[in-house]
Amino acid sequence: MTEDDTVLRLDGLTRRFGPVLACDAVDLELHRGEVLALLGENGAGKTTLMNMLFGHYLPDAGHVEVAGPDGVLRPLPPGHPQAALAAGIGMVHQHFTLAENLDALDNILLGAEPLRALRRHSARAREKVRAIMARSGLAAPLDVPVGRLSVGERQRVEILKALYRDARILVLDEPTAVLTPQEADALFDNIRAMTRDGLSVIFISHKLREVLAFSDRIAVLRHGRKVGEIATAEADERIIARMMVGADTPAASRKALDPGDPVLELDGISVTGRSARDSLDDLSLTLRAREIVGIAGVSGNGQTALAQVISGLVRPGAGQIRVQGRPLARIEPLAMIRAGIGRIPEDRHRDGIVGAMSVAENMVIERLEAPDVARRGLLQKAAIRAHAERLARDYDVRGPGVEVPARLLSGGNIQKLILARVFEQEPAVILANQPTRGLDMGAATEVARRLLEARARGAGVLLISEDLDEILSLADRVFVIHDGQLHEAVRRDREAIGLMMAGEVA
Amino acid sequence: MGEILQILLADSFWAASLRIATPLIFGVLGALLCEKSGVLNLGIEGIFVAGAMAGWMAAWLGLGLWGGVLVAAVAGALFGLIHAILTVPLGLSQHVSGLGVTLFATSASYFAYRTALPDVASPPRIEPFRPLDIPLLSDLPFLGPVLFQQTALTWLALAMVALVWYVLERTPLGVAIKAVGDNPDSVDAQGLSVHGLRIGAVVAGSALMALGGAFLTMSAFDAFFFGMVNGRGWICIALVIFASWRPGKALVGALLFGAFDALQVRLQTEAGALVPGQVFLMAPYVLSILALVIAARRAEYPRALLKPWFKGQR
Repeated sequence: MTEDDTVLRLDGLTRRFGPVLACDAVDLELHRGEVLALLGENGAGKTTLMNMLFGHYLPDAGHVEVAGPDGVLRPLPPGHPQAALAAGIGMVHQHFTLAENLDALDNILLGAEPLRALRRHSARAREKVRAIMARSGLAAPLDVPVGRLSVGERQRVEILKALYRDARILVLDEPTAVLTPQEADALFDNIRAMTRDGLSVIFISHKLREVLAFSDRIAVLRHGRKVGEIATAEADERIIARMMVGADTPAASRKALDPGDPVLELDGISVTGRSARDSLDDLSLTLRAREIVGIAGVSGNGQTALAQVISGLVRPGAGQIRVQGRPLARIEPLAMIRAGIGRIPEDRHRDGIVGAMSVAENMVIERLEAPDVARRGLLQKAAIRAHAERLARDYDVRGPGVEVPARLLSGGNIQKLILARVFEQEPAVILANQPTRGLDMGAATEVARRLLEARARGAGVLLISEDLDEILSLADRVFVIHDGQLHEAVRRDREAIGLMMAGEVA
Repeated sequence: MGEILQILLADSFWAASLRIATPLIFGVLGALLCEKSGVLNLGIEGIFVAGAMAGWMAAWLGLGLWGGVLVAAVAGALFGLIHAILTVPLGLSQHVSGLGVTLFATSASYFAYRTALPDVASPPRIEPFRPLDIPLLSDLPFLGPVLFQQTALTWLALAMVALVWYVLERTPLGVAIKAVGDNPDSVDAQGLSVHGLRIGAVVAGSALMALGGAFLTMSAFDAFFFGMVNGRGWICIALVIFASWRPGKALVGALLFGAFDALQVRLQTEAGALVPGQVFLMAPYVLSILALVIAARRAEYPRALLKPWFKGQR
């Protein structure tokens, strides 16, 4: 690459949040027509860096230079999304920034037309959008409210927004997090087509597979610092993983075990939720001791309803549940806990802990009637504290002590707190709903290790995850949930499972 | 039954309905504009009082009727600005701030009135807006008396329905207002100012509300009385939901309420001996609640309504 085709240069970008140095003097260069993958664990500073680039955050130090149409690098005024847009930078956020009450065309034109204009030039704008769609291969219905579009379509609208503004540099923050494997591949094909037209792309990811498959160059961030840069052709999974965590992480290994008796049987469970998203349709499943059953699927296909039924939060309209062979008379949270179901909830901050209560209290919150927790209606403070300190040590829950409110812990440590609470009771059934979502690689490996440990001990684990790689590496049997129905994946191959996730029954 | 039919067919009944609906049209449009941008403005009741007071006072001080309308709009905009600053950049509770603005605007208006006129028993009268007599058109049967004998402010209200509709549906500004009320991040990501749009919408909406108040003192009556707004602001808040945040349906809702109110006055004179008058007084409100119960089930709230937004937090 020659000096001339540099389109973007980040120079010493630094940003502090309180005592945390989120980005520490990061330098980065992007060349014309290049796909740069920005890789790092959660909290490594990837999103912060891109938000400074786009002007959402003001950097504490450093600056950004962008090439104009003439190819000359000029400094970009910090802190102004408008300036970034004008300089040809488009950003697609991980959480879509779409107004759902407007159609795609209005979303694309939002901010592109002067607010003082007395009318909209929809016909000409529509023509331009159509031309961009034809060139890039990104298609989406323009006249339907965005709220009714699929996730994949919404993402294409987001990218179209940037392209409509003549973006020459596109930043994608975890673009595949919500897509099926097929949708993700299609997206990257489209990106390839656009880079041939001279578009330069930075995409943030923590999925090694897609980074290796689709980028030209990889930059790795760790603890806010850029720790390495490598041409994708020279990289492999082990090299990048080591750059990300700073050391080799032993992958959790799954030994073959003979499954035992059924520990959880769902028989013809139906739930009629407010929408198809939280409904289940005549769903049956048997989970046996010493096995992990993985439930794959695109989010919003009934995973939440399934988890709520097993947690006792939703009473199914029809069907029966048996735990360790005994039918459950009542489906409610306490009954589920007592029957031997341990729950790792999807939204750990909202459903996993009571943020205002202490770490120690959160560790005993599911068994307040136990004699070591409360006697004669009074909490045994000293015992609870000692218990919490022991668990924090065993499960490596790090933070400012066990007496502080649980919400002060980081996401990974909150998850370890929940693991400690659940695994300590040695439940017969473990419901793990998106257990590693948003965790860094170290914490995610720890979760996987604990799940395998529970399986070896004799528990049945129901693993609901949107991360297919996680399911394939942990589960003994794989099911796909789509539209509230379960289908067993006969072959463990990405392609076939991906098609099932999209609703094509293999 | 025959009597009701007779009432409904009379042109005077429909003329009265439109007249009663006029302040509600202003108010419901104003509330709609605020809420479309994501801000509930419970200051409306007090802003009505402020508009009624300021418009009438300005006219009485010799600024002329249209001068009074302008002063009313400015007064409404200022109270709207207070609400906007408290709820948009500062992100305070929209309920609390709105009720505070209602109390403040009401008391400030009464205070100004008493300070300006310490000793009078009955308020001085102004020469109010006269019905616009449009040659030929006002002689049409039925339509003439209903439409063409209204005052200029009623015509202004009808024009505002069209204007607000046009802005929301046909201009980039309207698209941005609807977007900021649904997902402020969408506006921010496209380089527009979330706070700027919301403050602007609340200020403009509050000015509209104040015109509803000004209609009361400058067109319906010719003087300012305590308690004359009498809950009209709250009715508008309900009518916005009835209208599902659409200007056209807002007009229908306001007219419907106006018709109920006109009907109860007439029924009271017809059947006052049989049924206590209070039942009729109650009728428009009860019917409004019923209409609301039916309409609100399908209403689609602006998703970001009541949710403050701060830059850099997502």
